[in-house]
Amino acid sequence: MTNDELITKLKAIIAPYVQDEKAFENLTEDTDFINDLKVNSANLVDIILDIEDEFNIRLENEDMEKMLDVKAAMLIINTKLEA
Amino acid sequence: MIKEDIIKRLPYQAPFLFVDGIDAISENGITGHYTFKEDESFYEGHFKDHPITPGVILIECMAQIGLVCLGIYLLNDELNVSSQTKIALTSHQMDFYLPVLPNEKVTVISEKEVFRFNKLKCKVKMLNEKGELVCRGTISGMIKV
Repeated sequence: MTNDELITKLKAIIAPYVQDEKAFENLTEDTDFINDLKVNSANLVDIILDIEDEFNIRLENEDMEKMLDVKAAMLIINTKLEA
Repeated sequence: MIKEDIIKRLPYQAPFLFVDGIDAISENGITGHYTFKEDESFYEGHFKDHPITPGVILIECMAQIGLVCLGIYLLNDELNVSSQTKIALTSHQMDFYLPVLPNEKVTVISEKEVFRFNKLKCKVKMLNEKGELVCRGTISGMIKV
């Protein structure tokens, strides 16, 4: 999967939980889920559970702690997919 | 963990504690009850001369029994004598069917749907003493030690 494909998939997952639509339109790899998109902590868990379903991977607490922005999410997904 | 310990660990007190007792509890869910006392503060205003338990209070009762009591039970391994649980309601969806009047006893039945990364989501329903459905829906919250 290319980075663009991955970002497209991630955007579809994140969309329902975003509070700051403008930040979402301008989403880049550096976009932070909580500080930029204003996602709340419970919805961050929802995003993680949706990522698990979409990519058929299992995420652990340490992944959750690192998954603060788009870049980190991409790295974690790619690492899990290669494992 | 015994049921009385769970209630003692709740971060609420009168006039905002809506748990009288826990009837059953397991990893998968909880059943508990509360009787709305005649002199609850909100009856004075909801409604004028016509006391009915506010829907938000029913949701609060369901959240205290269905999420917070269950969450404390699920977190038992991480709790110690002095630890305080941190909780936040994050979302709910609820449908209401019957009113609850002063002196009515309600039973709350909650089934765990998801408990991961400190988010607890439950399917919760409330029954009156006749066993009739008062309200049902889903409630989610974050809970950690």
